[in-house]
Amino acid sequence: MTLMEQTETIAETGGHGEVRDYIALLKPRVMSLVIFTALVGVVLAPTTQHPVLSFVALLCIAIGAGASGALNMWWDADIDRIMSRTQNRPIPAGKVTPQEALAFGLTLSGGSVVTLGLATNWVAAGLLAFTIFFYVVIYTMWLKRSTPQNIVIGGAAGALPPVVGWAAVTGTVSIESIALFMIIFAWTPPHFWALALFKNDDYKAAKIPMLPVAAGETATRHQILLYSVILMPIGVSPYLLGYAGIGYGVLSTVAGLGFLYYAVQVWRTREGDAAHKAAVKLFKFSLLYLSGLFAALLIEHLLGLGV
Amino acid sequence: MTTEKNVLSQDQIKKRRGRSMAIAISLGLLVALFYLVTIIKLGPGIMDRPL
Repeated sequence: MTLMEQTETIAETGGHGEVRDYIALLKPRVMSLVIFTALVGVVLAPTTQHPVLSFVALLCIAIGAGASGALNMWWDADIDRIMSRTQNRPIPAGKVTPQEALAFGLTLSGGSVVTLGLATNWVAAGLLAFTIFFYVVIYTMWLKRSTPQNIVIGGAAGALPPVVGWAAVTGTVSIESIALFMIIFAWTPPHFWALALFKNDDYKAAKIPMLPVAAGETATRHQILLYSVILMPIGVSPYLLGYAGIGYGVLSTVAGLGFLYYAVQVWRTREGDAAHKAAVKLFKFSLLYLSGLFAALLIEHLLGLGV
Repeated sequence: MTTEKNVLSQDQIKKRRGRSMAIAISLGLLVALFYLVTIIKLGPGIMDRPL
């Protein structure tokens, strides 16, 4: 079917997919982590805001993140067809056309940015627009297929939601929100490289230069260990900067040591099934680590135990 | 340009109805959201204007 015929069919039928296919385009699981980290940014902000406006801010951040996901799937449909992890996404599965995903993503991007600007402030809206641009253009279109450092730099997009949340309340970017950004930014490489170690064949087949594919598994293990060492003090930084309590300080130190332990296991165990299991364990622990740290910040603040 | 019209199957009609409902609900919620945000941002000042 030519592009013209596809456009005509869409114009007549209104599209192909079911509502759930469009929801799948928004990457709901990624969205949930974005909402959670942005919520921490909103709650920790030193000034107060009408709860409805905070809700609208979180909604806009979530929709903006979802729009990035849809645009990412539009651009990556060719490699999503190859990888087992992504074969069932709506475009490779033939449920939504690339054009529909593009229109959906662009509409939601514009809508979320403008609504956030009107409801809160234009610093937050600008940051959300930058996050979408960075994820779609800088990461998806450029870095992902061209450099093994793709997720190191691209991770900035995933790290921005708490900064956007903070800015939606305060109208500024401050050292506290940058510390939240840095936690996610330093956490992203070891998290994704652990995944890449046990999903190496997928990335190899799709010719994506993830570190294990481009530089080898040994170099990846060195880098995972290095980033885990860097992550540990950054994880404790909210306590060191004085806006988290002693409970968070203790938890983040213990969790950082746990992260380091699993990273050392990945570094030491290099052969066979045990190496695979070590990478899976680090990947799972990394999810627990990030959600645990942000949950601790949130709970501590809500209980009035923070500083 | 093709001249013949696409005939929709029952399944396509069902999917289209689902999408239409989702769009209608989203638009309705958006209207409510903008109304609420306007009231909150203007506050009591919404009544304070020369007529």
